[in-house]
Amino acid sequence: MPDYQTHEHDVLVIGAGGAGLRAAIEASASGVSVGLVCKSLLGKAHTVMAEGGIAAALANVDDRDNWKVHFADTMRGGQYVNNWRMAELHAREAPDRVRELEAWGAVFDRTKDGRILQRNFGGHRYPRLAHVGDRTGLELIRTLQDHGIHQGIDVHMECTIVALLKDDGRVAGAFGYERERGRFKLFRARAVVLATGGIGRAYKITSNSWEYTGDGHTLAYDAGADLMDMEFVQFHPTGMIWPPSVCGILVTEAVRGEGGVLKNSEGRRFMYDEIPDNYRSQTADNDEEGWRYTQGDKAARRPPELLTRDHVSRCIMREVKAGRGSPHGGVFLDIAWIKARIPSGAEHIRKKLPSMYHQFKQLADLDITETPMEVGPTTHYVMGGVKVDAETQMSTVPGLFAAGECAAGINGANRLGGNSLSDILVFGKRAGEFAAKFAKEQKAPSVDGAQVDAAAKGALEPFERGTSGEGAYQVQYALQEMMQNLVGIVRNEPEMKRALECLGPLRERAARVGVGGHREYNPGWHAALDLHSLLTVSEAVTRSALERRESRGGHFRDDYPDKDNAFGSFNFVVRKKSDGAMEVARAPIPPMPAELKQVIDEMK
Amino acid sequence: MASTATFRIWRGDAQNGRFEDYQTAVSDGMVVLDAVHQIQAETANDLAVRWNCKAGKCGSCSAEVNGNPRLMCMTRLNQLDLAKPVTLEPMRAFPLIRDLVTDVSWNFQAKKSVKKFKPRKPDAPDGTWRINQVDVDRVQEFRKCIECFLCQDVCHVLRDHHMFGEFVGPRHLVYTAALEMHPLDTESRARDLKAAHGVGLCNITKCCTRVCPEHITITDNAIIPLKERVIDQLYDPVARLFRMMRA
Repeated sequence: MPDYQTHEHDVLVIGAGGAGLRAAIEASASGVSVGLVCKSLLGKAHTVMAEGGIAAALANVDDRDNWKVHFADTMRGGQYVNNWRMAELHAREAPDRVRELEAWGAVFDRTKDGRILQRNFGGHRYPRLAHVGDRTGLELIRTLQDHGIHQGIDVHMECTIVALLKDDGRVAGAFGYERERGRFKLFRARAVVLATGGIGRAYKITSNSWEYTGDGHTLAYDAGADLMDMEFVQFHPTGMIWPPSVCGILVTEAVRGEGGVLKNSEGRRFMYDEIPDNYRSQTADNDEEGWRYTQGDKAARRPPELLTRDHVSRCIMREVKAGRGSPHGGVFLDIAWIKARIPSGAEHIRKKLPSMYHQFKQLADLDITETPMEVGPTTHYVMGGVKVDAETQMSTVPGLFAAGECAAGINGANRLGGNSLSDILVFGKRAGEFAAKFAKEQKAPSVDGAQVDAAAKGALEPFERGTSGEGAYQVQYALQEMMQNLVGIVRNEPEMKRALECLGPLRERAARVGVGGHREYNPGWHAALDLHSLLTVSEAVTRSALERRESRGGHFRDDYPDKDNAFGSFNFVVRKKSDGAMEVARAPIPPMPAELKQVIDEMK
Repeated sequence: MASTATFRIWRGDAQNGRFEDYQTAVSDGMVVLDAVHQIQAETANDLAVRWNCKAGKCGSCSAEVNGNPRLMCMTRLNQLDLAKPVTLEPMRAFPLIRDLVTDVSWNFQAKKSVKKFKPRKPDAPDGTWRINQVDVDRVQEFRKCIECFLCQDVCHVLRDHHMFGEFVGPRHLVYTAALEMHPLDTESRARDLKAAHGVGLCNITKCCTRVCPEHITITDNAIIPLKERVIDQLYDPVARLFRMMRA
């Protein structure tokens, strides 16, 4: 019988980034008791890394903007395999969610007439991103945190969930450990919201921190829920690449939004070389027009640097492969050139991009107001996640909800920059609201002691093997290396088949991992327990990517380099079969209502 | 740069602890946190360290590097003398959990004691406000705070005098300043500042300002104006007389 503390909540929210906090606030406001589990300290989640802004059609800067344009932009960016209802709800509700943040104390940059300022970003037709310099995510999470701590939410910091508990098909709670003393915690709950973020740690070069191991994806999968769109992983085009220790750290798209341009070793703006057909009419074909766009000229079209992230990443890879890359295997991102256009340009850059200025100055000894940055793609975001109902965010398991990056649907094959911060607010709120409703309507589930025992036993196994077992970090590094090389930005069948073959032995190694020391704040133990999630999401990405025999959005295959309409009418889902094996199935996309179709046609 | 360096790292918990030396390879551009991770992966799997973003944005990896409170992720090895061992210790102002990790939960409690944001009525019929950029510039400086708690660590009121019950520390004075100077806020926090939050205990040594990785001018821009606010609102003799007469 394992020793554990028991906590009881109507709604348990797992994950305390923007989506989790917003869900907890909403659930709590509706009068149910709420527990909020954070893998780290409160306010440290990856939301702080979001730099550019929150996409919402407030139309403060360009009054031609409205939810329909935002909806059409999101669908185009997602290559039309998005859940159209989620894309619609997101576009309609994002402005209210942003205004609500202001009412809770967020301090956005202002327009001249005192309203919330909005900036340009890749794939958005009009300046749409409400922002605070280049630290918008910090503003968002701090606002939610400072509001949330007065809402009576029970916060469980530095606590990791290892299993969901079920009662006759519905979710009944969760089981995990707290880092500080290594003690187990049992959470009884009528409804559970997953808001655990992404899977970036499955790759070697990533902008994600240690936390992003696909926990929510895996918890849901193990509990019998469907995952969807797992082949769609976003590689952000601009990560730092030099020096090696900072490789992968994000360089915000706002650099390009403020006029930064991408150049190859020949000094040429290579982004002009290939402009996708569906963006041609919206894209500038000369430097002058692109510059005017970044400076707010409504008649100008956007520069090719602001095409969608998947496309920009591939263009960078193409330049590097063709031998036109920068010394350390990337390309050049130049913001210093705008000094030729703006009086006191260096100061302007420092004011608009303060964190980028400091990041390069401190970590790379480089002054971005003087010298171009070296950048290359970095694993940033996963469009795939738990398959949810658009209105309620409930998964295919009753009582289990998901919101934010760990849920799928809104982004389709590729996410537009800025749509994540709005996604986590819109669907965080919805998940909290409907989880609370579910909790009120259902009677308390009962917890099955056998499930708890099994979870506790599994969690302690690495200690039984002790230091004679293999180190968790070595297995993690091997997996990251393998995924980076075989299921990365450019994919093909032989490599992905090899990846599947590699996953078996990696799983066996993970089962032999041992940990020394004791349970108190032992990172080796934590890394060992995260391996199961990393392996599960890696398999889901690989299997889904193998099935999608075409290229679309974040998923690019050099053996099927073109988009194939036959793959545009369904999503791939993965689920756990009764024998424990992973099955890939097709879920047809329901037909879009005529009104939404018309919106898309009008915006073409 | 030398090919290997020695890191003298504090190992242990609240009861027992000692420095242990670890050697690890160092290369161009490495930061202290990289070295810690390498040591953790190679020789000390259970070495406890708290970190997240590794880009100076989350404020998790606070520690004392050669005695200086720093973010480990933003401290480049080429700023340190690698001919000597690099000393890594946990923040000393807070109770030790293990190795480089301290119990910073007091900060989360202290924050709760600050009265929350209370906006004035919206300016426009659509429920929004009109604020000029110049009016938010100074609040935005405070809102850059990443809650690394290095200012709390270095403040002698907390670090040496352990006045956790009487003083909320520089971090929460910056937090209070951000609320008090927010153009929309209507709450008054002067009485709390004077009594429960102990703004008078700060004697302006500016240690907090020096260690702030976000370069927030904590003492000059946040704490001193708050002290002035307390004096204005609670010690102005005319106002005091007026209050006495009304009572």
